[in-house]
Amino acid sequence: MTRMSALLNWIDERFPLTSTWKQHLSEYYAPKNFNFWYYFGSLALLVLVIQIVTGIFLTMHYKPDAEQAFASVEYIMRDVSWGWAIRYIHSTGASMFFVVVYLHMFRALIYGSYRKPRELLWILGVLIYLCLMAEAFFGYLLPWGQMSYWGAQVIVNLFAAIPLIGPDLAVWIRGDYVVSDATLNRFFAFHVIAIPLVLLALVAAHLVALHEVGSNNPDGVEIKKKKDASGRPLDGIPFHPYYTVKDLVGVVVFLMVFSVIVFFAPEMGGYFLEHNNFIPADPLKTPEHIAPVWYFTPYYSILRAVPPFLGSQFPGVLAMGLAVIVLFFLPWLDRGAVKSIRYRGAIYKTALTLFVASFLLLGYLGTEPTNVWGQFGGWLGGAERATVVARIGTIVYFAFFLLMPWYTRIDKTRPEPERVTC
Amino acid sequence: MLVVATSAAGAVAGLGVATPFVMSMMPSARARAAGAPVEVDLTKLEPGMMMTVEWRGKPVWIVHRTPAMLELLEKSEQDLADPGSRIPMQPEYARNQQRSIKPEFLVLVGICTHLGCSPSQRLEAGTASGLGEDWPGGFFCPCHGSRFDLAGRVYRGAPAPANLEVPPHAYLSDARLVLGEESRGA
Repeated sequence: MTRMSALLNWIDERFPLTSTWKQHLSEYYAPKNFNFWYYFGSLALLVLVIQIVTGIFLTMHYKPDAEQAFASVEYIMRDVSWGWAIRYIHSTGASMFFVVVYLHMFRALIYGSYRKPRELLWILGVLIYLCLMAEAFFGYLLPWGQMSYWGAQVIVNLFAAIPLIGPDLAVWIRGDYVVSDATLNRFFAFHVIAIPLVLLALVAAHLVALHEVGSNNPDGVEIKKKKDASGRPLDGIPFHPYYTVKDLVGVVVFLMVFSVIVFFAPEMGGYFLEHNNFIPADPLKTPEHIAPVWYFTPYYSILRAVPPFLGSQFPGVLAMGLAVIVLFFLPWLDRGAVKSIRYRGAIYKTALTLFVASFLLLGYLGTEPTNVWGQFGGWLGGAERATVVARIGTIVYFAFFLLMPWYTRIDKTRPEPERVTC
Repeated sequence: MLVVATSAAGAVAGLGVATPFVMSMMPSARARAAGAPVEVDLTKLEPGMMMTVEWRGKPVWIVHRTPAMLELLEKSEQDLADPGSRIPMQPEYARNQQRSIKPEFLVLVGICTHLGCSPSQRLEAGTASGLGEDWPGGFFCPCHGSRFDLAGRVYRGAPAPANLEVPPHAYLSDARLVLGEESRGA
C-alpha cells in the first residue's frame, strides 16, 4: 500500500471522501446524449464562484456609506491595483449569471426537465432564480449612482403599493422615509452575507435533488428504466471523466466570451452598466429615463403594461409578482404525454415560440421609455404603441402558462423512444 | 398534547426573539429626528417662481402662483383624472380647487405618484414648455410621461394613478411656512 492510499484509507475511515466522490462524480451516471444546452448548469456554478471570489475582494475596498460609496467604487476603478478588473469581472458576472441561468431554464422548458420526478428540483431552481434576483437588486444599489438610487426607489415603492401594510412595509425595508444611508447599509448586509448564504444552501439542495432523481436528457426518457446486470443505466456514462471534460470545453469557450466583455465592452453599451450610474446618487433629481438592468426588463414591462386600478399601482405589482410565481406551478400545468420538445406537436412548439418571443419583446420594451414607438392615431385614443404591444406581450406570457393544461393535452405528440437517441 | 404545547411555546419564544431583529430595521431615532418638521421663509419667493426644499429627504416644491396661473386651473379641469381631489393625496384643509391653504402658495411633494420619480417643472404655458402650445403650465414626469397641472392634479391617460401629494403643512405667520406639522402648539 502506497502512502497516498494509506492516507486515503485513513480519511475514508473517518469521512466519506471516496464514497462521496463516487456518488456524485465518478459513479454518477448521466445520460450519454447531453448536448449544447447542458453546458449551462455547470457554467452557472462557475459564475457563482467568480461572483463570490471577486465579491470578497471588492468588499476589501468598498465603503457601504452614502457619503463614501460612490467615491469608493471610483477608488477601486482608479487607485486599487487591478481594482478595475475585479470590479468589471463582478459586474459582467452579474449579467452573465442571468444569461446562463435564462439559458439553463430554457433548456428545462424545451426538454421538460421540470416534469415528474423532478418537480422539487425545478422548484429549488426557481427559488435560486428568486434569490439571484434579490442578490442582483441589492447589489445594484451599492455603487450609489443615479440608477442605483432611483432603481431602488422604484422597486421599494412597489411594496408601498400593497394595500394596507404597503407604506409601513416600505419604510421598514428602507429603514428611513426615503432610500438613504440606512438603506444602503442594510442592502450591503443582504448582498454580501444574507442572500449568498441562502443561495449556496439552495444550490447544494438543487444538486442533491438532481443526483437523487438523475439528469433528464434531450429525449426526455428515463435512463434508469434500462439497466445492465450490475445496475448501471445502459444509456448512462459516469459524470467524471466524460462530462467533466465536456464541461471544461464549455468553460473555456465561456471564459473567452466573458473575457472579451470584461476587457472590451464591460458596459455593454449601457446594458450591463447603465450610463446614468456614473453620476452620483442625487435624491432631488430624477434621471430623465429610469430602466432596470436588462435581466429585469421583461417583468418591468409587465408592471408598466397593467393599468392602475382605483388610483392604485397594485395590479401591476401583482402581475409582476405572479409572472415569477407562476413558474413554481409549471410541473403541474404541463399535461403533455411526453417531456421533450422532440416528440411534442405543433401546438406546444407554437406556444413556446410565442412565449420566447413575448419574453424577448417585453425585455426590449422594458429598456425603453413607453413612448419609444410613438402613439397610435385618434382611432385608438392616441394610446402609446409600445404600451399596447407590452399589454399583448403580457397576455401571451401568462397565456403560455395558464392555458398550458389545455393545449398540452390536445397537442398531437409522437411516441417517445425506449432508449435515448443520439 | 405535549408536542402541541411545546411547539406553541417554541413559536412564541421564536416570535419574541425575532422582535428585536425585525424592529431594528425600522427607522432609527436619528432617522426619525431627521424627519422632523422644516421651516421655510417665503418672503423671497416672487410670484411665478418656485423653490425646492428638502423634507424627510424628499423634494418639496413651493410655487408662488400668479393670478393668471390660478385662472388656468379652471380651464384644465375637463382633462384631469381627479379634478375634485377625491383620492386622499392631501390633508383635508387642502382639498379645494387650488389644493392649498393660501390660493397663491402651492406646496407639493415633488415625487411622481407613479413610481417615485421627480417630475420636471414646466410652469410656463404654451410652446416654451416643449409640451405643445395648449399646455397651460404644470409638471411633467420624464420617466413615464405623466403630466400634472399647476395644482399637482394628474391629467387623464397618464400612468400616475393619483394627484401629487400635498404634505401636511401650516403657516406660522404670513410668510413663514412649516412642513410636516399641521399646527405648532401655541
